[in-house]
Amino acid sequence: MKSVRHFFKSFLFFELLLGLRLTGRYLFRRKFTVQYPDEKTPMSPRFRGLHALRRYPNGEERCIACKLCEAVCPALAITIHSEEREDGTRRTSRYDIDLFKCIFCGFCEEACPVDSIVETHIFEYHFENRGEQIMTKDKLLAIGDRFEKEIAEARAIDAPYR
Amino acid sequence: MFDWILNLFHSLPTVMQILIGIQLIIIPLMLGVAYLTFAERKIIGYIQVRVGPNRVGPRGWLQPIADALKLLMKEVIVPSNANRFLFFSAPVLTIAPALAAWAVIPFFEGGALADVNAGLLYLLALTSLGAYGIIIAGWASNSKYALMGSLRSAAQLVSYEIAMGFALVGVLMAAGSMNVGDIVQAQSGSVYHWFLLPLLPLFFVYFISGVAETNRAPFDVAEGESEIVAGFHVEYSGMAFAVFFLAEYANMILISALTAVLFLGGWLSPFQGILPAAMFDWPVIGTLLGDGLHWFLIKTALFLFIFLWLRATFPRYRYDQIMRLGWKVLIPVTIVWLFVLGVFVAFDVGPWFA
Repeated sequence: MKSVRHFFKSFLFFELLLGLRLTGRYLFRRKFTVQYPDEKTPMSPRFRGLHALRRYPNGEERCIACKLCEAVCPALAITIHSEEREDGTRRTSRYDIDLFKCIFCGFCEEACPVDSIVETHIFEYHFENRGEQIMTKDKLLAIGDRFEKEIAEARAIDAPYR
Repeated sequence: MFDWILNLFHSLPTVMQILIGIQLIIIPLMLGVAYLTFAERKIIGYIQVRVGPNRVGPRGWLQPIADALKLLMKEVIVPSNANRFLFFSAPVLTIAPALAAWAVIPFFEGGALADVNAGLLYLLALTSLGAYGIIIAGWASNSKYALMGSLRSAAQLVSYEIAMGFALVGVLMAAGSMNVGDIVQAQSGSVYHWFLLPLLPLFFVYFISGVAETNRAPFDVAEGESEIVAGFHVEYSGMAFAVFFLAEYANMILISALTAVLFLGGWLSPFQGILPAAMFDWPVIGTLLGDGLHWFLIKTALFLFIFLWLRATFPRYRYDQIMRLGWKVLIPVTIVWLFVLGVFVAFDVGPWFA
Protein backbone atom coordinates (compact mmCIF):
# COMPACT_ATOMS: atom_id res chain seq x y z
CA MET A 1 0.00 0.00 0.00
CA LYS A 2 2.79 2.35 0.97
CA SER A 3 4.69 1.63 -2.21
CA VAL A 4 1.55 2.21 -4.27
CA ARG A 5 1.04 5.57 -2.58
CA HIS A 6 4.68 6.44 -3.16
CA PHE A 7 4.34 5.48 -6.82
CA PHE A 8 1.38 7.76 -7.39
CA LYS A 9 2.95 10.57 -5.40
CA SER A 10 6.07 10.59 -7.54
CA PHE A 11 4.27 9.78 -10.77
CA LEU A 12 1.83 12.68 -10.42
CA PHE A 13 4.62 15.16 -9.48
CA PHE A 14 3.05 15.68 -6.05
CA GLU A 15 6.26 16.77 -4.34
CA LEU A 16 7.42 18.71 -7.36
CA LEU A 17 4.18 20.70 -7.32
CA LEU A 18 4.69 21.46 -3.62
CA GLY A 19 8.13 22.82 -4.51
CA LEU A 20 6.72 24.90 -7.32
CA ARG A 21 4.06 26.28 -4.98
CA LEU A 22 6.73 27.34 -2.50
CA THR A 23 8.88 29.14 -5.07
CA GLY A 24 5.73 30.61 -6.59
CA ARG A 25 4.94 32.18 -3.25
CA TYR A 26 8.46 33.56 -2.91
CA LEU A 27 7.97 35.31 -6.26
CA PHE A 28 5.67 37.79 -4.52
CA ARG A 29 7.66 38.22 -1.30
CA ARG A 30 9.10 41.59 -0.37
CA LYS A 31 12.66 41.73 -1.69
CA PHE A 32 15.63 41.90 0.66
CA THR A 33 17.92 43.71 -1.76
CA VAL A 34 19.53 46.91 -0.49
CA GLN A 35 20.16 49.22 -3.45
CA TYR A 36 23.68 49.90 -2.23
CA PRO A 37 24.88 53.26 -3.49
CA ASP A 38 21.39 54.72 -2.98
CA GLU A 39 20.49 52.92 0.24
CA LYS A 40 22.85 51.85 2.98
CA THR A 41 22.49 49.38 5.78
CA PRO A 42 22.80 50.73 9.34
CA MET A 43 26.33 50.52 10.71
CA SER A 44 27.44 49.45 14.19
CA PRO A 45 29.64 51.81 16.22
CA ARG A 46 32.03 48.86 16.40
CA PHE A 47 32.40 48.77 12.63
CA ARG A 48 36.00 48.04 11.64
CA GLY A 49 36.97 50.00 8.54
CA LEU A 50 39.94 52.09 7.51
CA HIS A 51 42.50 52.78 10.28
CA ALA A 52 43.30 56.11 11.87
CA LEU A 53 45.73 57.46 14.50
CA ARG A 54 44.13 59.80 17.03
CA ARG A 55 45.45 62.84 18.88
CA TYR A 56 44.69 64.29 22.32
CA PRO A 57 42.57 67.44 22.30
CA ASN A 58 45.71 69.52 22.83
CA GLY A 59 47.09 68.26 19.50
CA GLU A 60 49.62 65.80 20.94
CA GLU A 61 49.60 62.43 19.19
CA ARG A 62 48.42 59.59 21.44
CA CYS A 63 50.74 56.88 20.18
CA ILE A 64 53.59 56.12 22.58
CA ALA A 65 55.28 53.51 20.37
CA CYS A 66 54.62 50.66 22.80
CA LYS A 67 54.38 48.33 19.77
CA LEU A 68 51.59 46.24 21.32
CA CYS A 69 49.59 46.56 18.10
CA GLU A 70 52.57 45.44 16.06
CA ALA A 71 52.96 42.42 18.36
CA VAL A 72 49.27 41.45 18.34
CA CYS A 73 48.70 41.90 14.62
CA PRO A 74 47.98 38.39 13.29
CA ALA A 75 48.70 39.40 9.70
CA LEU A 76 51.96 41.22 10.50
CA ALA A 77 50.58 44.24 8.70
CA ILE A 78 51.94 46.86 11.13
CA THR A 79 55.56 48.11 11.11
CA ILE A 80 56.70 50.55 13.83
CA HIS A 81 60.04 52.31 14.29
CA SER A 82 60.50 54.40 17.45
CA GLU A 83 62.91 57.06 18.70
CA GLU A 84 63.29 59.52 21.55
CA ARG A 85 61.90 62.94 20.75
CA GLU A 86 63.69 66.19 21.85
CA ASP A 87 61.40 66.49 24.90
CA GLY A 88 62.47 63.03 26.04
CA THR A 89 59.19 61.16 25.23
CA ARG A 90 59.11 57.97 23.20
CA ARG A 91 57.41 58.45 19.84
CA THR A 92 57.12 56.58 16.58
CA SER A 93 59.33 57.65 13.71
CA ARG A 94 57.49 55.34 11.40
CA TYR A 95 54.04 53.75 11.67
CA ASP A 96 53.00 51.79 8.57
CA ILE A 97 49.95 49.59 8.03
CA ASP A 98 49.92 47.48 4.89
CA LEU A 99 46.21 47.35 3.98
CA PHE A 100 46.80 44.42 1.64
CA LYS A 101 47.94 42.37 4.61
CA CYS A 102 45.43 43.75 7.11
CA ILE A 103 42.47 41.52 7.83
CA PHE A 104 40.54 44.18 9.77
CA CYS A 105 40.33 42.02 12.92
CA GLY A 106 40.50 45.03 15.21
CA PHE A 107 43.13 43.49 17.55
CA CYS A 108 45.36 46.56 17.18
CA GLU A 109 42.52 48.75 18.41
CA GLU A 110 41.91 46.47 21.39
CA ALA A 111 45.58 46.20 22.25
CA CYS A 112 46.18 49.94 22.26
CA PRO A 113 46.56 51.26 25.85
CA VAL A 114 45.99 54.89 24.82
CA ASP A 115 43.19 54.45 22.20
CA SER A 116 45.52 55.76 19.53
CA ILE A 117 45.11 53.32 16.65
CA VAL A 118 41.41 52.93 15.85
CA GLU A 119 39.38 51.50 13.02
CA THR A 120 36.89 53.98 11.60
CA HIS A 121 33.58 53.47 9.83
CA ILE A 122 35.12 54.35 6.44
CA PHE A 123 34.96 51.45 4.04
CA GLU A 124 34.58 53.17 0.66
CA TYR A 125 38.16 53.82 -0.43
CA HIS A 126 40.41 52.58 -3.20
CA PHE A 127 43.99 52.63 -4.41
CA GLU A 128 45.05 53.54 -7.92
CA ASN A 129 48.78 52.82 -7.74
CA ARG A 130 50.94 50.16 -6.18
CA GLY A 131 52.37 51.44 -2.92
CA GLU A 132 49.30 53.45 -1.97
CA GLN A 133 48.11 50.54 0.12
CA ILE A 134 50.80 51.35 2.72
CA MET A 135 49.14 53.71 5.19
CA THR A 136 51.96 55.85 6.60
CA LYS A 137 51.88 57.72 9.89
CA ASP A 138 51.04 60.99 8.13
CA LYS A 139 48.09 59.47 6.28
CA LEU A 140 46.78 57.78 9.42
CA LEU A 141 47.04 60.96 11.48
CA ALA A 142 45.32 62.92 8.70
CA ILE A 143 42.40 60.47 8.72
CA GLY A 144 42.27 60.74 12.52
CA ASP A 145 42.19 64.54 12.37
CA ARG A 146 39.51 64.59 9.73
CA PHE A 147 37.14 62.09 11.39
CA GLU A 148 37.94 62.75 15.07
CA LYS A 149 34.34 63.73 15.80
CA GLU A 150 32.83 60.54 14.37
CA ILE A 151 35.53 58.38 15.95
CA ALA A 152 34.96 59.93 19.39
CA GLU A 153 31.19 59.54 19.05
CA ALA A 154 31.49 55.87 18.13
CA ARG A 155 33.84 55.24 21.11
CA ALA A 156 31.43 57.05 23.45
CA ILE A 157 28.46 54.94 22.35
CA ASP A 158 30.43 51.74 22.77
CA ALA A 159 32.11 52.73 26.06
CA PRO A 160 29.56 51.08 28.46
CA TYR A 161 30.27 47.69 26.89
CA ARG A 162 34.06 47.81 27.09
CA MET B 1 -6.79 50.74 -43.23
CA PHE B 2 -3.89 48.38 -43.76
CA ASP B 3 -5.23 47.15 -47.08
CA TRP B 4 -2.76 49.14 -49.14
CA ILE B 5 0.16 47.59 -47.22
CA LEU B 6 -1.26 44.14 -47.83
CA ASN B 7 -1.83 44.92 -51.50
CA LEU B 8 1.74 46.19 -51.82
CA PHE B 9 2.99 43.05 -50.10
CA HIS B 10 1.09 40.75 -52.44
CA SER B 11 2.28 42.65 -55.52
CA LEU B 12 5.92 41.86 -54.62
CA PRO B 13 7.69 38.85 -56.20
CA THR B 14 7.32 35.64 -54.16
CA VAL B 15 10.99 35.60 -53.12
CA MET B 16 10.66 39.10 -51.71
CA GLN B 17 7.49 38.11 -49.85
CA ILE B 18 9.30 35.16 -48.27
CA LEU B 19 12.32 37.27 -47.35
CA ILE B 20 10.10 39.88 -45.71
CA GLY B 21 8.24 37.11 -43.92
CA ILE B 22 11.53 35.73 -42.58
CA GLN B 23 12.49 39.17 -41.30
CA LEU B 24 9.09 39.54 -39.65
CA ILE B 25 9.74 36.30 -37.75
CA ILE B 26 13.49 36.54 -37.02
CA ILE B 27 13.64 40.13 -35.76
CA PRO B 28 10.88 39.81 -33.13
CA LEU B 29 12.30 36.39 -32.25
CA MET B 30 15.76 37.82 -31.58
CA LEU B 31 14.24 40.63 -29.53
CA GLY B 32 12.20 38.00 -27.71
CA VAL B 33 15.36 36.03 -26.96
CA ALA B 34 17.10 39.15 -25.65
CA TYR B 35 14.23 40.00 -23.36
CA LEU B 36 13.75 36.38 -22.35
CA THR B 37 17.24 36.47 -20.82
CA PHE B 38 16.20 39.63 -18.99
CA ALA B 39 12.93 38.04 -17.86
CA GLU B 40 14.84 34.99 -16.71
CA ARG B 41 17.19 37.01 -14.53
CA LYS B 42 14.31 39.06 -13.16
CA ILE B 43 12.00 36.14 -12.40
CA ILE B 44 14.70 33.96 -10.87
CA GLY B 45 15.81 37.01 -8.91
CA TYR B 46 12.30 37.60 -7.62
CA ILE B 47 11.92 33.95 -6.61
CA GLN B 48 15.21 34.23 -4.73
CA VAL B 49 13.84 37.34 -2.95
CA ARG B 50 16.15 39.80 -4.70
CA VAL B 51 15.37 42.30 -7.42
CA GLY B 52 17.54 41.23 -10.35
CA PRO B 53 19.17 43.57 -12.88
CA ASN B 54 17.81 47.13 -12.52
CA ARG B 55 20.74 49.44 -13.23
CA VAL B 56 21.00 49.69 -17.02
CA GLY B 57 18.27 51.96 -18.32
CA PRO B 58 14.89 52.47 -16.62
CA ARG B 59 14.26 49.46 -14.35
CA GLY B 60 17.05 47.60 -16.18
CA TRP B 61 15.22 47.39 -19.48
CA LEU B 62 18.40 48.04 -21.46
CA GLN B 63 20.28 45.20 -19.74
CA PRO B 64 19.97 42.73 -22.67
CA ILE B 65 21.24 45.41 -25.07
CA ALA B 66 24.25 45.97 -22.83
CA ASP B 67 24.87 42.21 -22.61
CA ALA B 68 24.71 41.88 -26.39
CA LEU B 69 27.12 44.79 -26.89
CA LYS B 70 29.55 43.28 -24.41
CA LEU B 71 29.52 39.91 -26.14
CA LEU B 72 29.90 41.56 -29.57
CA MET B 73 33.04 43.38 -28.52
CA LYS B 74 34.73 40.43 -26.87
CA GLU B 75 37.51 38.54 -28.55
CA VAL B 76 36.68 35.15 -30.05
CA ILE B 77 39.41 32.79 -28.90
CA VAL B 78 40.10 29.58 -30.79
CA PRO B 79 41.77 26.94 -28.60
CA SER B 80 45.08 25.60 -29.89
CA ASN B 81 44.71 22.30 -31.74
CA ALA B 82 41.02 22.98 -32.27
CA ASN B 83 39.62 22.29 -35.68
CA ARG B 84 38.89 25.82 -36.90
CA PHE B 85 36.33 24.90 -39.53
CA LEU B 86 34.28 22.69 -37.24
CA PHE B 87 34.79 25.06 -34.32
CA PHE B 88 33.08 27.87 -36.18
CA SER B 89 30.48 25.80 -38.00
CA ALA B 90 29.16 24.35 -34.72
CA PRO B 91 27.37 27.53 -33.51
CA VAL B 92 25.88 27.95 -36.98
CA LEU B 93 24.69 24.36 -36.99
CA THR B 94 23.08 24.93 -33.61
CA ILE B 95 21.23 28.11 -34.38
CA ALA B 96 20.15 27.32 -37.96
CA PRO B 97 17.65 24.56 -37.01
CA ALA B 98 16.44 26.60 -34.04
CA LEU B 99 15.47 29.41 -36.40
CA ALA B 100 14.42 27.29 -39.38
CA ALA B 101 11.83 25.42 -37.32
CA TRP B 102 9.85 28.67 -36.99
CA ALA B 103 8.90 28.45 -40.68
CA VAL B 104 5.96 26.13 -40.02
CA ILE B 105 4.65 27.70 -36.81
CA PRO B 106 1.24 29.27 -37.48
CA PHE B 107 1.21 32.56 -35.59
CA PHE B 108 -2.40 33.24 -36.54
CA GLU B 109 -4.86 31.77 -38.99
CA GLY B 110 -2.91 31.21 -42.21
CA GLY B 111 0.04 32.95 -40.56
CA ALA B 112 2.75 30.37 -41.15
CA LEU B 113 5.69 31.22 -43.39
CA ALA B 114 5.54 27.78 -45.02
CA ASP B 115 2.20 26.03 -44.91
CA VAL B 116 3.65 22.56 -45.53
CA ASN B 117 1.61 19.41 -45.08
CA ALA B 118 4.41 17.50 -43.36
CA GLY B 119 4.92 20.30 -40.85
CA LEU B 120 5.08 18.02 -37.82
CA LEU B 121 7.73 15.81 -39.45
CA TYR B 122 9.71 18.90 -40.40
CA LEU B 123 9.62 20.08 -36.77
CA LEU B 124 10.66 16.70 -35.44
CA ALA B 125 13.56 16.58 -37.89
CA LEU B 126 14.79 20.10 -37.24
CA THR B 127 14.58 20.04 -33.45
CA SER B 128 16.79 16.93 -33.49
CA LEU B 129 19.30 18.50 -35.88
CA GLY B 130 20.42 20.90 -33.14
CA ALA B 131 22.21 17.98 -31.48
CA TYR B 132 24.78 17.97 -34.29
CA GLY B 133 25.85 21.49 -33.49
CA ILE B 134 26.35 20.56 -29.85
CA ILE B 135 28.28 17.38 -30.59
CA ILE B 136 30.49 19.12 -33.14
CA ALA B 137 31.11 22.01 -30.73
CA GLY B 138 32.24 19.60 -28.03
CA TRP B 139 34.42 17.62 -30.38
CA ALA B 140 36.01 20.59 -32.20
CA SER B 141 36.94 22.37 -28.96
CA ASN B 142 39.61 19.78 -28.18
CA SER B 143 38.71 19.93 -24.49
CA LYS B 144 37.71 17.15 -22.13
CA TYR B 145 34.94 19.11 -20.44
CA ALA B 146 33.45 20.19 -23.75
CA LEU B 147 33.52 16.65 -25.07
CA MET B 148 31.89 15.29 -21.92
CA GLY B 149 29.22 17.96 -22.04
CA SER B 150 28.42 17.28 -25.66
CA LEU B 151 28.26 13.52 -25.11
CA ARG B 152 25.88 13.96 -22.20
CA SER B 153 23.77 16.31 -24.22
CA ALA B 154 23.72 13.96 -27.20
CA ALA B 155 22.66 10.99 -25.06
CA GLN B 156 19.96 13.10 -23.46
CA LEU B 157 18.65 14.38 -26.77
CA VAL B 158 18.45 10.88 -28.21
CA SER B 159 16.54 9.52 -25.21
CA TYR B 160 14.05 12.36 -24.99
CA GLU B 161 13.57 12.61 -28.74
CA ILE B 162 11.68 9.31 -28.63
CA ALA B 163 9.25 10.40 -25.92
CA MET B 164 8.78 13.69 -27.72
CA GLY B 165 8.15 11.93 -31.02
CA PHE B 166 5.55 9.68 -29.40
CA ALA B 167 3.82 12.71 -27.92
CA LEU B 168 3.71 14.21 -31.40
CA VAL B 169 2.26 10.95 -32.73
CA GLY B 170 -0.55 11.40 -30.22
CA VAL B 171 -1.23 14.90 -31.55
CA LEU B 172 -1.13 13.50 -35.06
CA MET B 173 -3.69 10.83 -34.19
CA ALA B 174 -5.98 13.33 -32.53
CA ALA B 175 -5.78 15.92 -35.30
CA GLY B 176 -5.60 13.55 -38.25
CA SER B 177 -3.16 15.87 -39.98
CA MET B 178 0.54 16.71 -40.05
CA ASN B 179 -0.12 20.29 -41.10
CA VAL B 180 0.45 22.47 -38.02
CA GLY B 181 -2.25 24.92 -39.09
CA ASP B 182 -4.76 22.09 -39.47
CA ILE B 183 -3.78 20.76 -36.04
CA VAL B 184 -4.81 24.09 -34.52
CA GLN B 185 -8.02 24.14 -36.57
CA ALA B 186 -8.84 20.66 -35.27
CA GLN B 187 -8.85 22.10 -31.75
CA SER B 188 -11.38 24.83 -32.49
CA GLY B 189 -14.78 24.81 -30.82
CA SER B 190 -14.11 25.69 -27.19
CA VAL B 191 -11.51 25.22 -24.47
CA TYR B 192 -12.73 21.63 -24.10
CA HIS B 193 -11.83 20.93 -27.69
CA TRP B 194 -8.18 21.77 -27.12
CA PHE B 195 -5.93 18.71 -27.09
CA LEU B 196 -4.87 19.55 -23.53
CA LEU B 197 -7.61 17.36 -22.02
CA PRO B 198 -7.61 14.23 -24.19
CA LEU B 199 -3.81 14.30 -24.49
CA LEU B 200 -3.06 15.40 -20.91
CA PRO B 201 -0.32 12.80 -20.22
CA LEU B 202 1.22 13.46 -23.63
CA PHE B 203 1.16 17.18 -22.89
CA PHE B 204 3.24 16.65 -19.74
CA VAL B 205 5.55 14.24 -21.52
CA TYR B 206 6.00 16.70 -24.37
CA PHE B 207 6.78 19.63 -22.13
CA ILE B 208 9.16 17.63 -19.91
CA SER B 209 11.01 16.27 -22.92
CA GLY B 210 11.02 19.78 -24.33
CA VAL B 211 12.79 21.02 -21.21
CA ALA B 212 15.25 18.14 -21.48
CA GLU B 213 15.68 18.74 -25.21
CA THR B 214 16.70 22.36 -24.69
CA ASN B 215 19.13 21.31 -21.95
CA ARG B 216 17.46 23.56 -19.42
CA ALA B 217 17.34 23.06 -15.67
CA PRO B 218 16.58 20.59 -14.10
CA PHE B 219 17.98 18.62 -17.06
CA ASP B 220 21.01 20.82 -17.65
CA VAL B 221 23.70 18.20 -16.98
CA ALA B 222 25.11 19.02 -20.43
CA GLU B 223 26.36 22.32 -19.09
CA GLY B 224 26.30 21.54 -15.36
CA GLU B 225 28.45 24.33 -13.99
CA SER B 226 29.45 22.51 -10.84
CA GLU B 227 30.72 19.43 -12.66
CA ILE B 228 31.99 20.28 -16.13
CA VAL B 229 32.29 24.08 -16.07
CA ALA B 230 29.94 24.95 -18.95
CA GLY B 231 29.74 21.76 -20.96
CA PHE B 232 29.98 21.91 -24.73
CA HIS B 233 30.56 25.66 -24.94
CA VAL B 234 33.41 26.08 -22.40
CA GLU B 235 35.89 27.03 -25.10
CA TYR B 236 33.65 29.52 -26.86
CA SER B 237 33.83 33.23 -26.18
CA GLY B 238 32.41 36.44 -27.59
CA MET B 239 29.96 36.18 -30.45
CA ALA B 240 30.52 32.44 -30.99
CA PHE B 241 29.27 31.89 -27.45
CA ALA B 242 26.45 34.36 -27.96
CA VAL B 243 25.22 32.33 -30.92
CA PHE B 244 24.94 29.23 -28.73
CA PHE B 245 23.14 31.34 -26.18
CA LEU B 246 20.73 32.65 -28.81
CA ALA B 247 20.10 29.13 -30.04
CA GLU B 248 19.32 27.84 -26.55
CA TYR B 249 16.82 30.58 -25.89
CA ALA B 250 15.33 30.43 -29.39
CA ASN B 251 14.81 26.72 -28.77
CA MET B 252 13.10 27.48 -25.47
CA ILE B 253 10.70 29.85 -27.19
CA LEU B 254 10.19 27.28 -29.95
CA ILE B 255 9.29 24.51 -27.51
CA SER B 256 6.91 26.85 -25.66
CA ALA B 257 5.29 27.94 -28.92
CA LEU B 258 4.95 24.33 -30.05
CA THR B 259 3.36 23.29 -26.77
CA ALA B 260 0.93 26.17 -27.17
CA VAL B 261 0.15 25.26 -30.77
CA LEU B 262 -0.14 21.51 -30.34
CA PHE B 263 -1.95 21.29 -27.01
CA LEU B 264 -3.44 24.70 -26.22
CA GLY B 265 -4.90 25.60 -29.57
CA GLY B 266 -2.30 28.15 -30.71
CA TRP B 267 -4.05 31.31 -31.85
CA LEU B 268 -7.53 30.12 -30.72
CA SER B 269 -9.25 32.18 -28.08
CA PRO B 270 -10.12 30.41 -24.81
CA PHE B 271 -13.46 32.25 -24.83
CA GLN B 272 -14.49 30.67 -28.11
CA GLY B 273 -17.74 28.73 -27.68
CA ILE B 274 -18.19 30.02 -24.12
CA LEU B 275 -19.14 33.66 -24.68
CA PRO B 276 -22.03 34.30 -27.05
CA ALA B 277 -20.86 34.56 -30.66
CA ALA B 278 -22.25 38.10 -30.95
CA MET B 279 -19.64 39.39 -28.51
CA PHE B 280 -16.83 38.71 -30.97
CA ASP B 281 -18.36 41.27 -33.33
CA TRP B 282 -17.91 44.13 -30.83
CA PRO B 283 -15.36 46.63 -32.11
CA VAL B 284 -12.21 46.44 -29.95
CA ILE B 285 -13.18 44.01 -27.19
CA GLY B 286 -14.36 41.50 -29.78
CA THR B 287 -10.93 41.53 -31.44
CA LEU B 288 -9.20 41.09 -28.08
CA LEU B 289 -11.51 38.26 -27.01
CA GLY B 290 -11.49 36.61 -30.42
CA ASP B 291 -8.85 34.41 -32.03
CA GLY B 292 -5.60 36.02 -32.98
CA LEU B 293 -1.86 36.43 -32.62
CA HIS B 294 -2.14 37.75 -29.07
CA TRP B 295 -3.53 34.46 -27.72
CA PHE B 296 -0.63 32.60 -29.31
CA LEU B 297 1.82 35.00 -27.67
CA ILE B 298 0.11 34.77 -24.25
CA LYS B 299 0.16 30.97 -24.31
CA THR B 300 3.81 30.93 -25.39
CA ALA B 301 4.72 33.37 -22.62
CA LEU B 302 2.95 31.15 -20.10
CA PHE B 303 5.14 28.18 -20.99
CA LEU B 304 8.26 30.33 -21.03
CA PHE B 305 7.40 31.40 -17.51
CA ILE B 306 7.06 27.75 -16.50
CA PHE B 307 10.52 27.10 -18.00
CA LEU B 308 11.99 29.78 -15.76
CA TRP B 309 9.94 28.71 -12.76
CA LEU B 310 11.23 25.15 -13.11
CA ARG B 311 14.77 26.43 -13.30
CA ALA B 312 14.37 28.48 -10.14
CA THR B 313 12.78 25.57 -8.24
CA PHE B 314 14.49 22.28 -8.99
CA PRO B 315 18.04 21.10 -8.47
CA ARG B 316 19.80 19.32 -11.31
CA TYR B 317 18.79 15.70 -11.96
CA ARG B 318 21.44 13.06 -11.49
CA TYR B 319 22.57 11.72 -14.84
CA ASP B 320 21.31 8.14 -14.42
CA GLN B 321 17.99 9.49 -13.14
CA ILE B 322 17.58 11.54 -16.30
CA MET B 323 18.07 8.40 -18.35
CA ARG B 324 15.66 6.48 -16.13
CA LEU B 325 12.99 9.16 -16.43
CA GLY B 326 13.33 9.28 -20.19
CA TRP B 327 13.40 5.58 -20.96
CA LYS B 328 11.47 3.98 -18.11
CA VAL B 329 8.80 6.57 -17.32
CA LEU B 330 8.06 8.91 -20.19
CA ILE B 331 8.24 6.40 -23.05
CA PRO B 332 5.96 3.78 -21.37
CA VAL B 333 3.50 6.55 -20.47
CA THR B 334 3.32 7.71 -24.06
CA ILE B 335 2.88 4.18 -25.38
CA VAL B 336 0.04 3.46 -22.94
CA TRP B 337 -1.66 6.72 -23.78
CA LEU B 338 -1.27 6.15 -27.53
CA PHE B 339 -3.17 2.90 -27.03
CA VAL B 340 -5.91 4.67 -25.04
CA LEU B 341 -6.02 7.34 -27.72
CA GLY B 342 -6.43 4.67 -30.39
CA VAL B 343 -9.45 3.34 -28.51
CA PHE B 344 -10.84 6.90 -28.20
CA VAL B 345 -10.45 7.54 -31.90
CA ALA B 346 -11.84 4.15 -32.93
CA PHE B 347 -14.99 4.62 -30.84
CA ASP B 348 -15.40 8.37 -31.52
CA VAL B 349 -15.26 9.33 -27.85
CA GLY B 350 -16.07 12.76 -26.44
CA PRO B 351 -16.22 16.11 -28.18
CA TRP B 352 -12.75 15.60 -29.65
CA PHE B 353 -13.03 12.65 -31.96
CA ALA B 354 -16.71 12.78 -32.83
